[in-house]
Amino acid sequence: MIDQVEVNQQLMFDGESDEKQFLTFMMHDEEYGMDILAVQEIRGWEPVTTIPNSPNFVRGAMNLRGTIVPIIDLRMRFGISAIEYGPLTVVIVVSVQIKEQQKIMGLVVDAVSDVYSIAEEKAKDVPDFQDSDNAYFVHGLVNVGQKMVVLLNLEKVLDLSDKSGLKG
Amino acid sequence: MSIDLSQFFDVFFEESFEGLDAMEAELLNLEPGKEDSETINTIFRAAHSIKGGSGTFGFVSVSDFTHVLETLLDQIRDGQRVLTAEHVNLLLKSVDCVRGLLGALQAEEEPDLSEANELKARFEAILGGETSESVDVEEEHVASEVQQSTTYQIDFKPEPHLFKTGNEPLYMFSELAELGQLEVSAFHDGIPDFLEFDPEDCFLHWRFFLTTVKPEHAISEIFEWVEDDADIKIEACGGLFEDDTIGTPEVATQSEESGPLAAEQSASENQVDTSVQAEANLTAVQKKVESVKTSKTESKKSSDSTATSIRVGIDKVDSLINMVGELVITQAMLSQIGDQEITESSIAALQEGLAQLAHNTRDLQENVMRIRMLPISFVFSRFPRLVRDTSQKLNKQVELKLVGEQTELDKTVMEKLSDPMVHLVRNSLDHGLETPEERIANGKEPVGIVTLNAFHQGGNIVIEIMDDGKGLDTEKIRSKAIANGLISESDDLSVEEINELIFMPGFSTADSVSDISGRGVGMDVVRRNIQALNGSVEVTSKQGVGSTFTIRLPLTLAILDGQLVQVATHTYIIPLISIVESLQIDISKVSKVGKGLEVLRLRDEYIPILRLYDIFSHKGAREELDKTLLVVVESDNYKIGLLVDDLLAQQQVVIKSLEANYQKVDGISGATILGDGTVSLIIDISGLIKLSGLRRPGSTELLVDLKGEEAEPA
Repeated sequence: MIDQVEVNQQLMFDGESDEKQFLTFMMHDEEYGMDILAVQEIRGWEPVTTIPNSPNFVRGAMNLRGTIVPIIDLRMRFGISAIEYGPLTVVIVVSVQIKEQQKIMGLVVDAVSDVYSIAEEKAKDVPDFQDSDNAYFVHGLVNVGQKMVVLLNLEKVLDLSDKSGLKG
Repeated sequence: MSIDLSQFFDVFFEESFEGLDAMEAELLNLEPGKEDSETINTIFRAAHSIKGGSGTFGFVSVSDFTHVLETLLDQIRDGQRVLTAEHVNLLLKSVDCVRGLLGALQAEEEPDLSEANELKARFEAILGGETSESVDVEEEHVASEVQQSTTYQIDFKPEPHLFKTGNEPLYMFSELAELGQLEVSAFHDGIPDFLEFDPEDCFLHWRFFLTTVKPEHAISEIFEWVEDDADIKIEACGGLFEDDTIGTPEVATQSEESGPLAAEQSASENQVDTSVQAEANLTAVQKKVESVKTSKTESKKSSDSTATSIRVGIDKVDSLINMVGELVITQAMLSQIGDQEITESSIAALQEGLAQLAHNTRDLQENVMRIRMLPISFVFSRFPRLVRDTSQKLNKQVELKLVGEQTELDKTVMEKLSDPMVHLVRNSLDHGLETPEERIANGKEPVGIVTLNAFHQGGNIVIEIMDDGKGLDTEKIRSKAIANGLISESDDLSVEEINELIFMPGFSTADSVSDISGRGVGMDVVRRNIQALNGSVEVTSKQGVGSTFTIRLPLTLAILDGQLVQVATHTYIIPLISIVESLQIDISKVSKVGKGLEVLRLRDEYIPILRLYDIFSHKGAREELDKTLLVVVESDNYKIGLLVDDLLAQQQVVIKSLEANYQKVDGISGATILGDGTVSLIIDISGLIKLSGLRRPGSTELLVDLKGEEAEPA
């Protein structure tokens, strides 16, 4: 089942000039956001080919119209307990520049949530928790209405050679 | 009006590098004393285009340098100077130098001018310092200089089609006017009757008297571009200027009559303006170049200079367009069938359409692959130079033979092939061939022969590097290997096995190898590079007769013949080329060695068994040896058996990179997409051997132990 949602890039012109668009998704009842310009498409989960001896958060490789794309389970990347993949499970395909190389990767998340325009300066730095490795992946925290959204630093999340924030 | 010249940079660089290659090749063909004018002309033209192009784009360092080079070539061409070996050497060095300059400019770096300046000085010494200084003097051509100046009579009679070649005499004339004092007469006797008059043809011809301090070639240079389209005579007529010629009244009258001339004169009056303007243009260009430079460096790191374009014959493109046309028609046919209701007859039509589609697709694939195929002469062509330089350094006489230069090979393979080949050829010259004295002493011709041979064999390309030198000294290699601990004293190795040792990593580190026949320097790197291309390299050698290195490579890196195998629930692909055989295991022939290493005795060999599911950490595979299959594969002349659950189909697969979006995976060389759209991984045999911790024969006590433990069956 391919449940493909085209992300409307047009949205980026709606907001104020200094505002950035963020796509948010749910994971473990938290809302996370990522720069919408990195998002290529959103797909439903489908079985992937296991890559031998890969870290446990790498689910495998998928064929994206002829390109081999690795699929990362974000829950496992963050060390959150895994859940069964269901009909809402989605793969967000992103294109990120990692160490001067443009890479396309898929991120498995619980569900996509919304698109927000957020002024960059409203994002607050993460409180410095000594014991939280995951803070490393976080670009900033921001409030949208009553909710708090965690903005991710995709480059760090997806740099698999970088072990600094690695859990599990 | 501003044209962004940077859009033409790529083409300029590409053409210039091609020109340099051509220069180099022709220079190597030159033998002092026996030079033929066509060769010199070719070299001159290449240098001239590079100069022209670099001048246009504001690459002053290149145009300045090529100018002196060109001057020398021009003098040789005109027979004013005799070509010497020193000239050839200097010119070859200049080719390298220009290549370096252009390379730096292409990479948007500041070129290092030290070598260029040094070479330029040497050129100027040869030319007698007449070139660059005289350029500056020209500024004021007033009365004072007339003493040393010469008057030339120039007859310029263009072909009628001159304008159609895009040449404008007016510009040439104004350039002439810049050289000195110019008198011009136009002859209009060629103008036909009005009815036959074609305004696009040139019917005029001209005679000039130019008094100038410049050498003659400065004049001929102006007419360079129209040489083939006009009749040009340049003669020095010395002092004649003052007495006769100028005073000829007819000529003067004619000159007044002629329309173009009036324009001409005003043009020469304006020459100061034009030159100023030209200078302004140049600075504008330079600024542009600089702005491009900065903007590019800011935005991204400059692309790798090897990632360039490819030139494809128009016939190949035409046939592709045809095929795509066919494909579109077939697609239209199929979609038409799809729109109809499915009936008995439409199914037949559908099948026919699908068959046609399959045919079209195959054709298209073949032809698209052909685009990447280039003759191997692209690699071979660099060797004459290499052999020339290296043999000079080594004081050896070498003849290089190139065979099968037209054999086609994928461009990516070719690019990666040249480094290992350079290494092998250099080794052949250095270690393989003897000095002329040694050769004579051994009853051989003093000139050693190195042959590069390329040919197709099956789906592979085979490249041989042969020399008729002294061959590998097996005794010395053996003792060296023992000294290095690669093998032990008691090992009884065949000649082939000993020759194999030169590819061992241990061999390349020791310096002392070079004084024996030691071909081992860096040979492991050569082998690794070739294996990275899914190829192999072998050596055969006969002492005193010579050695042959044989490189075998797949024609393309994009497609391989694969054997699909099943491991637990996963499908992997083993390159068919590395499979020796597949068999069911006879358990009675399996022995355990040490900690869990299983070996199968297969005829005379012991094959280590690698359990793929184990190496790849997959669960749910069949573990009993008698219920599984063993695929025996070979890499580096080393055989291993891969334990798989089942053999599936064999098929051609298109290789996709796994590394591009992910990272290097040990034991996996890439991925592909199967017919059902799923991803399947391709096994990298030599990587797997490394991963499994097995070591190669000769390098460890492993096989020796095996031999000791496994008694021959009674």
